[in-house]
Amino acid sequence: MTVLVYLIPVALLLGGVGLVAFLWALKSGQYEDLDGAGERILIDSEADDEAAPR
Amino acid sequence: MSCCAPGLGQHVESGILSSDELRHAARSLGDGTAQVELSVPGVHCGACIHTVERGLSRLDGVVSARVNLSTRRVSVRFREDKMPPLAETLSGLGYPPHLFDETSISGRERTLTELLRAVAISGFAAGNVMLLSVSVWSGADGATRDLFHWVSALIALPTLAFAGRVFYRSAWNALSHGRMNMDVPIAIGVTLAYAMSLYETFNHAEHAYFDAAVTLLFFLLIGRTLDHVMRDRARSAVMGLARLAPRGAIVIAPDGSREYRPAGEIEPGTRLAIAAGERICVDARVTAGASELDCSLVNGESWPRRVEPGAHVQAGTLNLTGPLTLEATARAEDSFLAEMVRMMEAAEGGRTRYRRIADRVSSLYAPVVHLTAFLTFLGWVAIDGDWHKAITIAVAVLIITCPCALGLAVPIVQVVAARRLFERGVMVRDGSAMERLVEADTVVFDKTGTLTAGRPWLSNLAEIEPAMLAIAAGLGAHSRHPLSQAIMQAAAGQAGADDFEEISEIPGFGVEGRAHGSVWRLGRAGWALGRGEEIVATDRSGTILARDGRACAAFRFEDVPRTDAAQAIRALRQAGKAVEMLSGDTQAACRQVAENLGISRYAAALLPSEKVARIAEMAADGHRTLMVGDGLNDAPALAAAHVSMAPATAADIGRNAADFVFLHDSLEAVPFAIVISERAGQLIRQNIGLAIVYNIIAVPIAILGHVTPLIAAVAMSGSSLLVIGNALRLIGMRERPVRAARGAAAIDRPVQVERA
Repeated sequence: MTVLVYLIPVALLLGGVGLVAFLWALKSGQYEDLDGAGERILIDSEADDEAAPR
Repeated sequence: MSCCAPGLGQHVESGILSSDELRHAARSLGDGTAQVELSVPGVHCGACIHTVERGLSRLDGVVSARVNLSTRRVSVRFREDKMPPLAETLSGLGYPPHLFDETSISGRERTLTELLRAVAISGFAAGNVMLLSVSVWSGADGATRDLFHWVSALIALPTLAFAGRVFYRSAWNALSHGRMNMDVPIAIGVTLAYAMSLYETFNHAEHAYFDAAVTLLFFLLIGRTLDHVMRDRARSAVMGLARLAPRGAIVIAPDGSREYRPAGEIEPGTRLAIAAGERICVDARVTAGASELDCSLVNGESWPRRVEPGAHVQAGTLNLTGPLTLEATARAEDSFLAEMVRMMEAAEGGRTRYRRIADRVSSLYAPVVHLTAFLTFLGWVAIDGDWHKAITIAVAVLIITCPCALGLAVPIVQVVAARRLFERGVMVRDGSAMERLVEADTVVFDKTGTLTAGRPWLSNLAEIEPAMLAIAAGLGAHSRHPLSQAIMQAAAGQAGADDFEEISEIPGFGVEGRAHGSVWRLGRAGWALGRGEEIVATDRSGTILARDGRACAAFRFEDVPRTDAAQAIRALRQAGKAVEMLSGDTQAACRQVAENLGISRYAAALLPSEKVARIAEMAADGHRTLMVGDGLNDAPALAAAHVSMAPATAADIGRNAADFVFLHDSLEAVPFAIVISERAGQLIRQNIGLAIVYNIIAVPIAILGHVTPLIAAVAMSGSSLLVIGNALRLIGMRERPVRAARGAAAIDRPVQVERA
């Protein structure tokens, strides 16, 4: 029984970390171009560095 | 690269954006750089992203370039003092850019972000509350159970407050206007369930409904988000395709100085300089220069029109061959373009009356659900006299009649259908368009740009000597004229003879070049043969290649039917749809196309208002029409029809009036969209049926008081999963042809329809 006092907050905290991570990703625009993100993996990284200075 | 190297003819015809227009559209970021968002509909794949980003980044002055593949946009940051040639570079790479109206998009993106946030929060809450509930169901009792219930209550409260806002707002909105919508039972059910559960928790009771309330919210938010994504995605892609949007022009001041001014600031009487390849932004009169205009988007005529001083030109036409000086005769808001927009708005009435299946069902569903719950409550009070028990059972009834089929299954079917259409290059504006498409029984096509490609094609290639063709192509390469482009396309693959010394284009007549001491002319017969400029050939087949005034080859052109036009029309006819053609082009041109494609009914030389009248006439006869058209002159008819479709090359007000936009050249998109929409319609009806069956089984059990929270949660989730699973069947469905012929109309000789 007493172990629940730790476990429940820990479970909520871990879930909350995931939630916050998602909200952060959403806010920083990582879901704006899902198609493009998929395709960009296939672009040569070497050529990419030269192509798109950020 | 094979998938995405755009064909040559594509970007030649649309006017290239000028640096002035870009400068106007760019936003200064304050640190000496500016950012501009361009729509690049040609971007398809990873290789395109790479090409565009690398090409732009190499330009002097560009700070960064980033492509968004989902919305087909590229945002470019550049140093303000140094305007890089963005449009020219992109067009050179084969990705002609367009500007788009940004203001209308940002609002929708905010909504999507809010919905996604709500989904994430309710999903988190649903997962945690469900875990706690499972512990309770599996036997926790006493203080442990109370603790779990309290923790659930603490998680559920902020979730309801934040994620539930979407429904509360909409429900309040409906109620305050005296209407009912699906969100009212959701809001009441969820709130009542929470309040009830809180009361139970206070009294150390055995059951609580926190899990059901939160999970319901989660599922419904998923549906809401999918619905939003579907509408939004297609719409932003459609808006991004602006093609016929002359935003301004070079104005010549009385003192001769030139300046770029947006279309809204151009007054009647202003003198404008329009270079070859630019679109004209207001109605005007030609004061100097001669040229040919491409009016196909405006009135449906496929052949360029020659203009000289004194001629009137309409907003939206494209100047092809020579520079013109114009005097504006109307403001932008009084121009032909604006008149079309007004006609369109007037014609749109019929469509706004349409209500989606989900809306129609929910208008019945919501009152029935409330009434059932209320009667259950009254019944139990009457039988038992126990208020607490009566309320608990009534809440159970509200929860178990989860409107998942409507809230979740309808959007998911439409998203999957839209996705399948999108893969084949058809974009859907919203779900009701698919429902209306299924109802259409008559398909009305525009001719130029829809049934035909709107581009001339060299039809007598076989009769022309290859050597002469090569010379003609060499000359034609120096002209933007569509006939020159057609000759170049026909000559593709053969060596072009381009050892000409002086090449000049005589606007309205043709191209002249000197080689090895002789003068070659490609153009109108009278001019090419040197009979003076006063002879203007009226015969359209009169394009001639002449050497020192002697004809060497004659070229004849035809407007080619769009790829698969004949098959598409056959498929439509087999599906039992009547096919008709309405065009603004001449009688002769229409007859030829109608005969080639086997269209039995057509009307030629129609004004935009006559097209609308014809569609209204059909509607009065009880027909529902699908209008397929591209031009500015089709826009009012597109808005008037029950459902409409336009190619991506259409004028943008036409495209904005259309429910479907197809990106590929093939007209197969029309029957394909009908097939997918029919399948989607079937699945939606099945899902609504499933929901009704589920309620018929579950509601009596709930009314009788046998539903514990466990059963409510399982039943609700089960019904949601069932309808989602059913919706996903659309992914695997084969594309069988549309329904078997239902007394398909016999194909006979074309008959001209009487004009209204």
